[in-house]
Amino acid sequence: MSATTSDGATVPAIAVHDLVKSFGEVRAVRGVQFEVAPGEVFGFLGPNGAGKTTTINMLCTLVTPTSGEARVAGHDVVRERDDVRRNIGLVFQDPTLDGYMTAAQNLQLHAELYGVQSDLVRPRMRQVMEMVGLWDRKDSIVGTFSGGMRRRLEIARGLMHSPRVLFLDEPTIGLDPQTRRSIWTYIRELQEREEITIFMTTHYMDEAEWCDRIAIMDQGQIVALDPPETLKAEVGRDRVTIHTDDNEAAIAALEQRFGIEARIAEGAVAFGVPSGEEFVPRLFAELGMPIRSVSVSRPTLDDVFMSHTGTTIRDAEEDQSKHRNRVMMQMMTGGRR
Amino acid sequence: MSTTTRPAQVADTAPSAPAEIVRVRVPQRTFRSELRAIKIVWRRELIRFRSDRIRIATSLVQPLLFLFVLGSGLQGLASAGTHGVELKTFIYPGILCIAVMFTAMFSAASIVWDREFGFLREMMVAPIRRSSIVIGKCLGGATVASFQGVIVICLAGFVHVPYDPLLILGIFGLQMLLAFAITAFGVMIAVRIKQMQSFMGVMQMVVMPMFFISGALFPVAGLPGWLAVLNRLDPLTYAVDPMRRIVFNHLSISPAARQALDPGVSWWGWRVPTLLEAGMIVLLGLAMLSIAIWEFSTTE
Repeated sequence: MSATTSDGATVPAIAVHDLVKSFGEVRAVRGVQFEVAPGEVFGFLGPNGAGKTTTINMLCTLVTPTSGEARVAGHDVVRERDDVRRNIGLVFQDPTLDGYMTAAQNLQLHAELYGVQSDLVRPRMRQVMEMVGLWDRKDSIVGTFSGGMRRRLEIARGLMHSPRVLFLDEPTIGLDPQTRRSIWTYIRELQEREEITIFMTTHYMDEAEWCDRIAIMDQGQIVALDPPETLKAEVGRDRVTIHTDDNEAAIAALEQRFGIEARIAEGAVAFGVPSGEEFVPRLFAELGMPIRSVSVSRPTLDDVFMSHTGTTIRDAEEDQSKHRNRVMMQMMTGGRR
Repeated sequence: MSTTTRPAQVADTAPSAPAEIVRVRVPQRTFRSELRAIKIVWRRELIRFRSDRIRIATSLVQPLLFLFVLGSGLQGLASAGTHGVELKTFIYPGILCIAVMFTAMFSAASIVWDREFGFLREMMVAPIRRSSIVIGKCLGGATVASFQGVIVICLAGFVHVPYDPLLILGIFGLQMLLAFAITAFGVMIAVRIKQMQSFMGVMQMVVMPMFFISGALFPVAGLPGWLAVLNRLDPLTYAVDPMRRIVFNHLSISPAARQALDPGVSWWGWRVPTLLEAGMIVLLGLAMLSIAIWEFSTTE
């Protein structure tokens, strides 16, 4: 069931054109542009403060854009706010459950607010709660749930009204790796079963791998947009690491036989080649000296992020927090004078 | 706009899907869907109140302290002026008001909690009018506060107020109007306040003066000029006065006692009738509700 206009033509689930949002002097989002196809899992990747949440808030009609245009499920986010809201589900970065009510009551309330037909509330509730494995806990007070259970319940709630687009803002932030993994399994299963479009933000590189396409965002702009594999292929080279008895000789041999420039990293010889797996047999055949071990690793999204922004995502965030601390120190010391 | 809901669209089950998918459709916004939203916001207040038994108890402590401790303790000092009527009986209508008022303000405070804990966002992004959220909140708070009022009404016998059906009906109706007006007032303040501490501060600054000035604890005739002016400006005065009138209508006491203890609120010598007083509470409540809705609709 893809989004269609009245004349039956398929429209993108999300279409964004030159979207800008400024908060006073700060330009949080500086003219982003992209389209998301129906049924796609689309990821926004970038460090904290890159403008991901602001973008998502504009798409969810929570924040009015300064300029530009955005359409979600075929509706304009400013002029057709209610139509957009009827067609989207939201899972926020911060929890928005009522901890004093039971899981079922939270979902019931959501269904009532969205005007879900009364006779379908129960079966739908059962379906979404079973999907996230919480049906047997439906009558428990949400306040007793763990962080992972709450997030799962929020995802279930976001689905209660069968939205066409589900927005997930950092759905796995602050969760342990195992829970993160299970949430991703739910998300993919969901996307297959409900044919839903998923738009999510994350700053975990490994998670972005689950997306069909990724937009890398840095300082309010999209710096790259492609499937993860394409992005990684653009970076190109696989990384090969070998252990030998004589690293210096190995480096010289690599230079001599393959014309490869290798260097020593963490006690091993490391170098980059376009296709590591094809290179390894040649390496054994032609290097002319014994190799004790070899490992090949594909470029990661970290490498992709690095090649587009000149920094790793972690460094980008550290710079930011350093800047924040500096500003805070200035405010504090300034205040004391 | 049609109010009919579309039939369920049960999608074809894909071979991989273990069960058929229940698909629902969110209908266009209608008057009925707004009513439904109001109802669920109202119900949430009740659910939360019911699960919070500590709150039911704690918000009764202060009014009951006033009623039984202050009422009994000051009896000796006051007996000269009360013409044989017990002080507890005299302050009972005022105490009922304050019990309702505390609960109503606390209910309104839940908007601040909801904002702090994020739940407000869940309601803000739903395809409903902001006014539905505010109306639901106000009705919910009013219901909860009225319930608290009923507990105090049940205690009437302990302070020698007779359980007369007309009396009970009268004060029950009045306390409901008060509960609504105070919740609307609280919501109006809460919408603009981001932190619980600030709200509590504002509440202390507003509720206690309103209570003391209203005449809940003293007769409103023969006051010093400044206090008389403040008293006539205090909205709570117009809730306490008719309630006291109803209670005193059902007491068998001397006309002198009646005149001393229940002189009635007057403007430049004109005694304000009960219906006008009740009308004022309703109007004030509606005015504050409108302001709250307007404020809530303009915040992002």
